[in-house]
Amino acid sequence: MSAEQQERAVRCLVAKVGLDGHDRGAHVIARAFRDAGFEVVYSGLHRAPEDIVQAAVQEDVDVLGISILSGAHNTLIPKVIEGLKEYDAFDDTLVLVGGIVPDEDEADLKELGVAEVFGPGTPMEETIEFIRNNVPERA
Amino acid sequence: MGGPDAPAFADAPTLSDADAALVEDLLSGSHRALARVITKIENRTPGYRAIVSALHEHTGGADVIGITGSPGAGKSTLVDKLAATYRERGDTVGVIAVDPSSPYTGGAVLGDRIRMGSNVGDMDVFFRSMSARGQLGGLSTATADAVKALDAFGKDVVVLETVGAGQNEVDVVRTADTVAVLVQPGSGDDVQTLKAGILEIGDVFVVNKADMDGAQRTVAELEEMVHRREGGTTGRGAGHHGATSTAPTGGGHAAESHDGGHAAAEGDRPGDADDSWTPEVLETVANSGDGVDSLIEAFDAHATYLRDSGEIETTERRRYAEEIRTLVRADVGALATAEIERRGGIDRLAERVRDRETDPYAVAEAIVGPIADCVDDATDGDRDDRAD
Repeated sequence: MSAEQQERAVRCLVAKVGLDGHDRGAHVIARAFRDAGFEVVYSGLHRAPEDIVQAAVQEDVDVLGISILSGAHNTLIPKVIEGLKEYDAFDDTLVLVGGIVPDEDEADLKELGVAEVFGPGTPMEETIEFIRNNVPERA
Repeated sequence: MGGPDAPAFADAPTLSDADAALVEDLLSGSHRALARVITKIENRTPGYRAIVSALHEHTGGADVIGITGSPGAGKSTLVDKLAATYRERGDTVGVIAVDPSSPYTGGAVLGDRIRMGSNVGDMDVFFRSMSARGQLGGLSTATADAVKALDAFGKDVVVLETVGAGQNEVDVVRTADTVAVLVQPGSGDDVQTLKAGILEIGDVFVVNKADMDGAQRTVAELEEMVHRREGGTTGRGAGHHGATSTAPTGGGHAAESHDGGHAAAEGDRPGDADDSWTPEVLETVANSGDGVDSLIEAFDAHATYLRDSGEIETTERRRYAEEIRTLVRADVGALATAEIERRGGIDRLAERVRDRETDPYAVAEAIVGPIADCVDDATDGDRDDRAD
């Protein structure tokens, strides 16, 4: 009766927030994640924080990777995290930020609940390894 | 198999407390709970069956629409516009978009969400991407269960979107009440692929990107195929080969999709002596939203037809029969797979067959025999052989 096999896959949302229009990096990451066996939902460009929250909640992703190159992380990321909390989705979503973030901001973001910040030149394997080791266990 | 006694239905899977709370949350409108339930369905997390069981009695309220078509036909864009149009008239919408996964890594890029530009930020459009996780026959079960979750949640319309490329996908859209097949103009090949089984499942055919060259020709080709199928299956005159008898109505709405669509939906259908459904061929331009209103009217007309003709009962019965069959087959298959493992795995068995020690029929008999014995024992009255 319960001989059925579970088929768990790591689900990720790769998201672009705000006005920055460069998604080459996001594409590369989406492909690398796919090749690592993850299921990747890509948000598309120019999303507002509430769009990202909607996608993360509905898709029930394990990992939310936000790519942001515009420098607006200090305004946008807190809104995303607040939104996740509002839908009770913050605790079991691993929030990652990729892009150009100054060191002092990185500390603030981590304070907010971002698990890790990956700057330019981070090897893809490092990010994937981090996700494998930190993906939230779910009931 | 059934025996003289009616099978006992009392032993529905039992809900754990946490799952019961989750079901409760879903029914009371929690998006998070809905999302989590769909994840459990997708992952086949232990206990998901009890959840779907518990949801079943709350389903049946949604119109379920399947949309299929070849890659690039514009399904996602059209679904986006459909969802927005349904929202304008006050309906809540659920969308399940199925994308293929890599057969090598199991990974997938689920890109349909990018096209959902008209509905971002609107929580009353619940959009969920699912990947075909290479599960044999399991995809249609998983999507049908996900549709149930959306239905029980209270969505008025549920749209199921999939690439129409094979049996798996056809099985998926078959779980919908109304199926739209999307074709893009100018590629005779597309219409060719329709012959491979998809033509039969379409209740509505949509030529999307109708502003492109060749749209009229594709519409005409589809009209002809639809009416040929008509003549073939209903037997109301083999002479009804497309162009001749249907030219006034068919040609009319091919040229003017909007008005023609209305006419076909309201006007000539009841007048038709035959009360079976004749698939419509509509034109849309998903990018601009042209033709989407007519398409929704066609969906509504089909839903009305299903209800008025009583066809819905037949459809539902067939669908649930298929669900039961699929589940039973999968479960018995799983039992057999476990038994194969116990006997040293399929490779060892195959090697023994290769060595002429035994043969495939004997192996199958040896594996299925004990299962058949258990079934016999169970029908003899004693039903507590479930322990293991």
